[in-house]
Amino acid sequence: MAELRYLLFLGCAIPYRVSAYEISTRKVAKKIGIELIEMPEYNCCGLPMEPISYDIMLALAARNLCIAEQQGLNMMALCPGCAGTLHKVNKILKEDKKLRDAVNRYLKEVGLEFKGTIEVKHFIRVLADDVGFERIKGTIERPLSALKVAEHNGCHVLRPAKYIGFDDPENPVMLKRLIEITGAKCLDYMDETECCGAPIVGVNEKIPLQLARNKLSHIRDVGAQAMITICPFCHMMFDVNQPRIERMFDEAFGLSVLHYPQLLGLAMGFSPAELGFDELRVDTSKLLSAIT
Amino acid sequence: MVSERSEGGEAVIKATEMDPKFKYEISKIPGAEKIMLCFQCGTCTADCPIARFSDAYRPRRILRMVQLGLKSRVLSSDVLWLCAACFTCVDRCPQDVEIAGVLRTLRNLAVKEGFMPAVYRELATSVLETGLAYKIPASRLRKRVEAGLPPLPKADVKSINKLAEVTGFSKIIQARRT
Ligand code: SF4
Ligand code: SF4
Repeated sequence: MAELRYLLFLGCAIPYRVSAYEISTRKVAKKIGIELIEMPEYNCCGLPMEPISYDIMLALAARNLCIAEQQGLNMMALCPGCAGTLHKVNKILKEDKKLRDAVNRYLKEVGLEFKGTIEVKHFIRVLADDVGFERIKGTIERPLSALKVAEHNGCHVLRPAKYIGFDDPENPVMLKRLIEITGAKCLDYMDETECCGAPIVGVNEKIPLQLARNKLSHIRDVGAQAMITICPFCHMMFDVNQPRIERMFDEAFGLSVLHYPQLLGLAMGFSPAELGFDELRVDTSKLLSAIT
Repeated sequence: MVSERSEGGEAVIKATEMDPKFKYEISKIPGAEKIMLCFQCGTCTADCPIARFSDAYRPRRILRMVQLGLKSRVLSSDVLWLCAACFTCVDRCPQDVEIAGVLRTLRNLAVKEGFMPAVYRELATSVLETGLAYKIPASRLRKRVEAGLPPLPKADVKSINKLAEVTGFSKIIQARRT
């Protein structure tokens, strides 16, 4: 098996507001035997700047890739936005010489050169492709067989297919399989692959909140006890904003929203406190009492 | 907050408003190359989660406006900023038009014309000052220590500003506010 060593790319949103995702990831990674190395230095992945300028997006992403190349390590990102952007830019710069030359002219100004020697993966892709389901199964100490949950993938882990090339974007199964390893049942629901709306919250809140409400109700309707996310932005949309959505639509959900590594961590036998449960906005006591 | 009103301008389109060369200009930009292949099937709009909850956002319509050359209507339009970049339409377009790439191209051009929602200026300023799109508050940094998380690395702000300069990004951000 390939060596499980990665440079951890944290991005902006996770250190800004979503520490529980990082805390729980580090816990489960260690247990599985994934070695996470800190980025010596990094900047914004580039995605938030793409609407302003495609060129600065390319330059910012490429700069991160160059730092990883200097370390000689593949990258693992927790945010699908970061993972998707870095993966895509890495791919197009490797394939398109003209574009690579153009970006390298920018990078030369800061003493760097993109060479195309590393890979970038999202955390769940590392689990599915590099670690493998059997090895994760071996770390489960407390199967969560009493739980029924629903997944929400996060667009940039799957799409656009031509740049990402992971799982089946129309009918994704990888996160489901990773959830079922914990012993929990993963339920199907309507519009599973639909966006949470978070990327436009800064310009229009009404539409994303309606989208999020729609998903929450589809998930509630199939009887899931929790929703499982793998993106800091999706998580904020469904967890942090859930009380607002409840007030806005005069509708109670009370649906716990966990980061996938929190679910996995519980099944490994870690305590909720060790997995950053105190940061979650929606109460998880009912969920936790169902598994103890 | 960006409103959901439709594209600006009168309801009646005058022939003089159309820039017949706009589509050629656009199709030279990476991501928007296939704009002319759009045959208006409407798959993008039908599958767009934003369109489902918006009265005004219709990707198919934006593509058609570009083909017609309604440059100033498109670039000044608020709806341009409603695409969530979920890429559903990109995966499903039968003509392989990278719709989200076209939207990005239009936004980049709109910014050059002076149209940019305030939130993007804030994010950009943060990138130039700290390297990250969000300024991490001191309380969070303290919490990292308490939680036993490693310290965040310091960003190389000088290099980032150099890249911003050579890509023309700094100039865009310093330009007049809208
Ligand atoms: S799906 Fe493609 S071809 Fe159909 S209207 Fe949208 S962009 Fe045009
Ligand atoms: S990428 Fe934009 S236009 Fe396409 S489906 Fe998603 S939100 Fe709609």
